[in-house]
Amino acid sequence: MNTAAIAQVANEHVAQAHASAVDPFVFSFTVFVLAIIVGYHVVWTVTPALHTPLMSVTNAISSIIIVGALLAAGPVEMSLATVLGLIAVGLAAVNIFGGFMVTQRMLAMFKKRK
Amino acid sequence: MLSVNMVAMAYLLASVLIIFALKGLASPETARRGNALGMLGMGIAALVTLQMDTVQNYAWIVVAIAVGGLLGGTVARKVPMTHMPQTVAFMHSLVGLAAVLIAVSAFIDPVAYGIANAEGGLYMASRIELFLGTFIGAITFTASLIAFGKLQGILSGKPLVFGGQHLLNLVLGVVMIGAGIIFCMNEATLPFMVMLGVALVLGVLLIVPIGGADMPVIVSMLNSYSGWAAAGIGFTLGNNMLIVAGALVGSSGAILSYIMCKAMNRSLMNVLLGGFGGDAVAAGGAAGQVADRPVKSGAAEDAAFLISNARSVVIVPGYGLAVARAQHALKEMVDELLERGVHVKFAIHPVAGRMPGHMNVLLAEADVPYDIVFEMDEINSEFADTDVALVIGANDVTNPSAKTDPSSPIYGMPILEVSKAEHVIVIKRSLSPGYAGLDNDLFYMDKTMMLFSDAKQACESIKQALA
Repeated sequence: MNTAAIAQVANEHVAQAHASAVDPFVFSFTVFVLAIIVGYHVVWTVTPALHTPLMSVTNAISSIIIVGALLAAGPVEMSLATVLGLIAVGLAAVNIFGGFMVTQRMLAMFKKRK
Repeated sequence: MLSVNMVAMAYLLASVLIIFALKGLASPETARRGNALGMLGMGIAALVTLQMDTVQNYAWIVVAIAVGGLLGGTVARKVPMTHMPQTVAFMHSLVGLAAVLIAVSAFIDPVAYGIANAEGGLYMASRIELFLGTFIGAITFTASLIAFGKLQGILSGKPLVFGGQHLLNLVLGVVMIGAGIIFCMNEATLPFMVMLGVALVLGVLLIVPIGGADMPVIVSMLNSYSGWAAAGIGFTLGNNMLIVAGALVGSSGAILSYIMCKAMNRSLMNVLLGGFGGDAVAAGGAAGQVADRPVKSGAAEDAAFLISNARSVVIVPGYGLAVARAQHALKEMVDELLERGVHVKFAIHPVAGRMPGHMNVLLAEADVPYDIVFEMDEINSEFADTDVALVIGANDVTNPSAKTDPSSPIYGMPILEVSKAEHVIVIKRSLSPGYAGLDNDLFYMDKTMMLFSDAKQACESIKQALA
């Protein structure tokens, strides 16, 4: 392989590397679209008898925004931003504990014929 | 402190666990394990975030989680199952409010989230994401509060309709989006606040025209919104875990809304425009004129005689059963029948109750085994071979005119084909029309016996007559 050919291959690699460095938004959007499709397929398999527990558990799951609230509440110095973050942590905690526990309570009621 | 990649891997694990939590709900046997996996996923996500360098405010965070967790746990233990719809609506509003607070916090202090540009401001992409996350969260918040108020009975369940309502909503929607666009251009506080304020008002206005019995659709839709709000915050923070969880919840709520709309043969647009069920009083007057038609009515003893001599009984419970809190009395009556060797099954219409699957939970709470409870599609073919269909507190979902009368407002709505059974017993307090304001031909059929009574009383009397 002569130097010109090596240079060309190297250039192609660099170009590919640049091309693969997509914008973070596009990356997130890819994850978003794929997750919707996964959600669509998983939720259609849920038995209609369990649609109420499905709603209470998705309620708990959407409170995953506690991750964002923790980041907001993170800094030691108190500011308006931190206080808002702490309130959000509390609200999300209500939902996480409440959502999972009430789901558990409902699911425990579903029994088969003895 | 874990590396950035380790954190991302832990979030991936948490996302997978949450997908399995939903997958578990495919059957009551796997659901409890699924729920445990969901808790595990949530725990991992929270712990991984807590150990990050930027999160140092431990004392206050622990206090916030403890207070919130205690409140949530108490509600979860105490809430009656009949109140699940409003509880879920209330929880949606908390997700919405939390999303708004996080967005405002990110707007005030983008540095804490690591999304600031060189001047400590926000990049264009972040502004757009913040705009979306804020207004979806704000609408979810106030809309869910109104839905909660209607379901709890604090607000009237009647639709509130006024002239120019839809135009007003449209104008407010345009103002909100306009302010949002201005915010994206200049990152100023005023348009951000205008956008937030209008979104909060819009949430209220969108729900007030919607009647109480359309709430299954609305609660499902708000379930979906709360997911999109979480995904919106995920975009703002560039956090894939939030995006995945939000997208799962968003599509789940959307599917439930679709199922509910289909079960009522209405389009989502038709539900959202509202006003349905508002003229029930007027229609009640019209129904009064035809109420002179002869009906056969009987006593609890007659009903008891009929069902105790039947080989197979299918019970159709409706919202009236839940209102009368009759599910336990019903279960005792059913036990009596099962002891006599009568084959008893339950038939559930998708919109029975005030939220998807509500009736199944109420029956499960009363210890009715889930393997004698069937969905509409599973059981409709069996009515023809059923000796007695026993309708308790259900009306529109059994109305044969949905199949036979093209001029009926509910024509095309899937119904439980109760009228195909050999005998029909309807327990109802009066001949008053149901939510759709329609007279029900089922009540006037030769094979139908009306038992005019409160559902709970009727079940107790039948049980006594059986014993």
